[in-house]
Amino acid sequence: MPKLLTGAEIVFKCLEDQKVNHIFGYPGGAVLPIYDELKNHPSIKHILVRHEQGAGHAAEGYARSTGKPGVVLVTSGPGATNVVTALTDAYMDSVPMVCISGQVPTHLIGTDAFQECDTTGITRPCTKHNWLVKDINELSDVIHEAFKVATTGRPGPVLIDIPKDIQFAKAKYKKPKKEKKSNGKSHNKFSADEIDQLINLLSKAKKPIIYSGGGVINSGPKASEALRKFVELTGFPITSTLQGLGAYPGDDNQFLGMLGMHGTYEANNAMHDCDLLINIGARFDDRITGKIDEFSPNSKKVHIDIDPSSINKIIKVDLAIVGDVAKVIDKVNKTIVKKKNGNGKSNKPNVAKWWEQIQKWRNKNSLNFINSEDSIKPQHAVQRLYELTKNKDTYVTTEVGQHQMWAAQHYKFNKPNRWMTSGGLGTMGYGLPAAVGVQVAHPEKLVIDIAGEASVLMTMQEMSTAVQYNLPIKIFILNNQYMGMVRQWQELLHEKNYSESYSEALPDFMKMADAYGCKGIKADDPSELDEKIQEMVDHNGPVIFDCHVDPNENCFPMIPSGKPHNQMILGPNDQEENKIKGKGKALV
Amino acid sequence: MPKSKSAYSSPTIKQKSDTYIFVVWVDNEAGVLARVVGLFSGRGYNIESLAVAEVDAVKNISRITIVTTGTPQVIDQIRLQLTKLVPVHKVGEFKRDDKDVIFKEMALFKIVGKKNKIEKCLNACKKFNPVVLDKTKSSAVIQITALRREIDKMSKKLKPLGLISTSRTGAVAMTRGAKIFN
Repeated sequence: MPKLLTGAEIVFKCLEDQKVNHIFGYPGGAVLPIYDELKNHPSIKHILVRHEQGAGHAAEGYARSTGKPGVVLVTSGPGATNVVTALTDAYMDSVPMVCISGQVPTHLIGTDAFQECDTTGITRPCTKHNWLVKDINELSDVIHEAFKVATTGRPGPVLIDIPKDIQFAKAKYKKPKKEKKSNGKSHNKFSADEIDQLINLLSKAKKPIIYSGGGVINSGPKASEALRKFVELTGFPITSTLQGLGAYPGDDNQFLGMLGMHGTYEANNAMHDCDLLINIGARFDDRITGKIDEFSPNSKKVHIDIDPSSINKIIKVDLAIVGDVAKVIDKVNKTIVKKKNGNGKSNKPNVAKWWEQIQKWRNKNSLNFINSEDSIKPQHAVQRLYELTKNKDTYVTTEVGQHQMWAAQHYKFNKPNRWMTSGGLGTMGYGLPAAVGVQVAHPEKLVIDIAGEASVLMTMQEMSTAVQYNLPIKIFILNNQYMGMVRQWQELLHEKNYSESYSEALPDFMKMADAYGCKGIKADDPSELDEKIQEMVDHNGPVIFDCHVDPNENCFPMIPSGKPHNQMILGPNDQEENKIKGKGKALV
Repeated sequence: MPKSKSAYSSPTIKQKSDTYIFVVWVDNEAGVLARVVGLFSGRGYNIESLAVAEVDAVKNISRITIVTTGTPQVIDQIRLQLTKLVPVHKVGEFKRDDKDVIFKEMALFKIVGKKNKIEKCLNACKKFNPVVLDKTKSSAVIQITALRREIDKMSKKLKPLGLISTSRTGAVAMTRGAKIFN
């Protein structure tokens, strides 16, 4: 008779067979049997966070920077509810994550027991799937299935709720099943005909643009390689969503920068005026499209995505190819190369005029800002940070707000999986714990959280985690004393009524660093910025960098709400010019 | 519409809504109905009626029939989103006026009144295979099977004749001929 294992032992057996090395968690009454078992499994390292939301974001950072699922372990009740924000964040941004939560014993479920909540009920809409395991014999299958659901198709979070009595109960352990049939949930059956249609569109296009997204990152490093090859073969311009940054080199000439609400002038105008739009692994988010009716009005639209429900959800497309981005692009590349070897013509000459037009837009230099010698401009700070860290293989996380957009605009990423930011849910407080997760996965690499002072205070407690595990994360705070993006909207759209967006009382971040036992650096003079950034980079340990920046700076360019791509507000330089021409008002 | 000051765009041109019937095969497990219904409420889709029961005890499969309204784009999304749910095996989708599909709903009417009124009720129901399930001197329970809109009409018609309580199952669907849902 095979050996019977307890539920807690089965949990770790499963984690070992799923090749999990790190879990992020916080103990509590309903998961104690699992925590008790931890000591017997030296290949799995537990990172103790200070709040369950931190565990969730750390697991997200871990997952986004490695491509492996992040694993979270929390207790019942508040442990589970605290992780809901991170689950929702992972769901919106398609991050693979497996959350194991303890639950009160089965006979107490439904009695309002201590630290009981309906965890599967609460997390149903923010996970790909979740399970309440009421039978110990199902536990191993459920955990293996959970990993499969989280990592296949469009990735996402899953949750397994395990009552305490199940953690004690005994059963046989079952190994993961070999690939069974896919139950119709995975989609990789694109046809050669679809590829041919795409090739045909490519060859006819005069004003094409490639718009790539997070799907390219999720599809793995091969997808980024295929994308680069595709761009090279076609000679087309490429723009990227926030989540897609890094899939294509940010400093390449064919890259137009990010598109969307705070995207570049050239990217957004090219989207508006193009005759062929190729969406690769993006989802036509509302921060990207602007006004739907006037979105890229004259183009043929192609959408390549692994999730069939993304197709035609917001924008109707002319050609949809459902499949894994890496495989689809690879197939397209091969077909192009094959055709070229036969006497197929390159369509690069076709798009020469288009590039001239793009160059005109580019000359607007829409990311420009007026620098200052008296105060540090936040854009300048990000640019200096980039210049001083670009030669290292740097990982960047962010919080949410102006600093996030400036980071996306001015920090150039050349590799996938180096950029971790909360795009879909827009979770303030994401960056610090995410940096913890990234650093756990890459202990030797430089990991920087480009933060705002308001966001970072939401999950500041995780500095304790960084210090405990000696994770040398750098928290680079662009401190403008405002919830900057809120202030910006209030300035531009609510008659400068700065309702509750100013932080009257902020902590002294230097003393805070001291209290956590890490290094604090403060900068408010542009002339000493470089030196201080270098000091931060060189310090072997966690750093809180309090960078005091101009509090009145706005993030430009910007598409105001409900406006199409070709009606952008540009920065102060351009606004001056427009005023002279009397067009300023119309633009604002 | 006042000028938008929000970070979101304003709603744009609406397409025409139509009534559709979804048939969904799911694993009969705890919470599966909540997943399906939660998807509808969470994404703002309508449910006009819902019928669900196990249809295969061996394979543990339940069949859910949902009547909903939406624009073609929304209906497409409903189908694709339902298909993504892990316990969902198969999704069928039909327009209400699809000639190849039978839609039926059962209703129980409780009539309280004198004999002649009850007789009148039965007469009125004649077209819809009325069955008298219970009868006393002053009441009757009548079962009919019909289309949704026919039952709507009947309950209106029977009100003045003593209808005091109606119970309906929600529509269920089946294809005509030898074909089955693909």
